[in-house]
Amino acid sequence: MSAEVWVFAEQRDGKLRKVTLELLGKGRELADKLGVKLAALLLGSGVSDLAGELTSYADNVYQWDDPLLERYNSDIYLQLISHLAGKETPQILLAGATFLAKDLFPRLAGRLDTGIAVDCLNLAIGDDNLLVATKPLFGGKVLADVVCRKGRPQIALVRPNTFPPPSLSGASKGEVHKLEVSIDPDQVKLEVLEVVRAAKERLDLTEAEIIVTGGRGLKEPKNFRLLEDLADVLGATVGATRAVVDSGWRPQDDQVGKSGKTVSPKLYFAIGLSGAIHHIMGMDTSNVVVAINKDPRAPIFQYADYGIVGDLFEVLPLLTEELKRELAKG
Amino acid sequence: MNIVVLVKQVPDSEAMVQVREGGSAVEVEDKYTLNFFDSLAVEEALRIKEQVGSGKVTVVTLGTQKSVEALRTGVAMGADEAVLLDDPALIGGDEYVTAKALAQAIKNMEYDLILCGREAFDDSSGAVGPLVAEFLGIPHITVAVKIEVSSEQRTVTVEREVEGGKEILKAPLPVLLSAQKGLNEPRVPPITGVMKAMRTEIKRLDLAALDLPATEAGVAGAKQEVLRYHRPPERPPVKIVEGEVPDAVRELVKLLKEEAKVI
Ligand SMILES: Cc1cc2nc3c(=O)[nH]c(=O)nc-3n(C[C@H](O)[C@H](O)[C@H](O)COP(=O)(O)OP(=O)(O)OC[C@H]3O[C@@H](n4cnc5c(N)ncnc54)[C@H](O)[C@@H]3O)c2cc1C
Ligand SMILES: Nc1ncnc2c1ncn2[C@@H]1O[C@H](COP(=O)(O)O)[C@@H](O)[C@H]1O
Repeated sequence: MSAEVWVFAEQRDGKLRKVTLELLGKGRELADKLGVKLAALLLGSGVSDLAGELTSYADNVYQWDDPLLERYNSDIYLQLISHLAGKETPQILLAGATFLAKDLFPRLAGRLDTGIAVDCLNLAIGDDNLLVATKPLFGGKVLADVVCRKGRPQIALVRPNTFPPPSLSGASKGEVHKLEVSIDPDQVKLEVLEVVRAAKERLDLTEAEIIVTGGRGLKEPKNFRLLEDLADVLGATVGATRAVVDSGWRPQDDQVGKSGKTVSPKLYFAIGLSGAIHHIMGMDTSNVVVAINKDPRAPIFQYADYGIVGDLFEVLPLLTEELKRELAKG
Repeated sequence: MNIVVLVKQVPDSEAMVQVREGGSAVEVEDKYTLNFFDSLAVEEALRIKEQVGSGKVTVVTLGTQKSVEALRTGVAMGADEAVLLDDPALIGGDEYVTAKALAQAIKNMEYDLILCGREAFDDSSGAVGPLVAEFLGIPHITVAVKIEVSSEQRTVTVEREVEGGKEILKAPLPVLLSAQKGLNEPRVPPITGVMKAMRTEIKRLDLAALDLPATEAGVAGAKQEVLRYHRPPERPPVKIVEGEVPDAVRELVKLLKEEAKVI
């Protein structure tokens, strides 16, 4: 079988999303194991530079470049991808578990009569060369290894920061295939009226490598300044608990947890938050967790690697200073 | 305006979940609740109906007898009708077959709008909604935080959340929308509602009523198969850095650098 492994190359404002590179790395590993080619799917407007970038990772780059694709519209993306998938019959399709992918790919699975595993934490090739996807259930209390025998492609959406980005050494020289953007307008029912981007210089929580999250222990919205300072030193993104968001101290976009975002950074600071199970469900796959809380019995310490029992108002300024000093040393 | 709301009874966040020896199944403590995002969907349906001033809200679920609770909660909040997709052959499927059965049920109902939750707490995939829309051949918009319905123009304008921003979309009815936190504050069912819910008849649909062959339902029809369940790796016990705060902070930074190697 020569059916390819596909990676959906999600781009935003002219840049590939970090999770795309992570999946190109993993996708290469899977493709090598199966002895097939790795391809990237790129949709957008004015994306030929990105296509060029992708050829360092993928053997084939399928590119749809058209002003119609400048903004994501599921009705349009679906037609293009399902059409190509019908023709090329890839065996695996990977994408990051982003808002866009979660909007698009379940529906694509329906159109192609195949299965989809969302929010995967691991991927491997198992018996019969099937993709074994590990996905969390019950907020991460249990993991399930799933396979899809009865449909192609096997679709998996993977949580960002799950796989390391690939190194460029031994780069393959891929080929770009420019595809025609022909769509049936009768099947485009959605209209994207407006895209509002919050002016943020930081990575989104879902992709951030370091996150500093504050809870009700910060007492007042203005005290988040202390977290911002710490985040500045670390190049981190600031998160918040639901208690903080519901009090209007921070925007909904910042909420980590079951009813907020699921994050998986390299380093997670949990500051002045108790560690309610709803919060834990959104950050439990973080690599290293540091808790700062004045209550030694706070549940967060059960989910942390390192902890300081103390008053955050005393700890934070010192921590920020110390990190600044340490990082300046290089 | 007739609105269908997809609801699911799911284990509470606090419920204990055990993996059976050998990883063949999971055992869930008997603590269930209406899925949080689905309560937002019910609330929104009620508000839209109130605003439009006519029509009915129907809550629909696929599940076991336990799932009747989700329907009763929906009715207690104010939904008019409740439908249970009720057949042993429907149980144990994945998102794909679940959506197929739901779409099959909805196809024969009168609807202008379908609402569901962003994701269900048990599988957290958020796949069922878009799949239902696909099987019905109607558009969908996920993670809605604001919904405005124009019943004259038969359109909705929806604000949806994306990473670090918002998108505003317009779609013709019928459309399927999934509810994201921030959409509304779900009401607490009033006592009169709870009493009404006890009396409301639950309409039950089995495979025959759904006109679904057994091969396209439940475990038999699922696209995915679970090989095994297992526990996530455990985190080693926390290292509490002791001492006066300035010393502890210095020690912590040293550990992050030299032991954890994350900075
Ligand atoms: C359906 C549902 C969904 C939910 N989803 C989420 C979610 O997505 N995300 C989420 O976060 N929560 C969620 N919650 C809420 C969750 O249950 C908790 O209520 C919430 O996480 C608590 O926030 P907190 O830790 O900031 O506040 P608290 O629980 O009040 O904790 C504050 C902590 O700060 C510490 N503290 C106080 N002062 C100081 C100080 N000076 N120095 C150091 N420490 C100090 C205290 O010891 C305490 O541990 C959800 C709840 C429900 C029912
Ligand atoms: N068995 C079910 N019965 C009714 N609605 C469901 C069912 N499963 C999922 N849904 C709906 O689909 C949404 C997303 O579920 P999921 O794809 O399982 O994460 C839920 O919030 C519900 O609104």
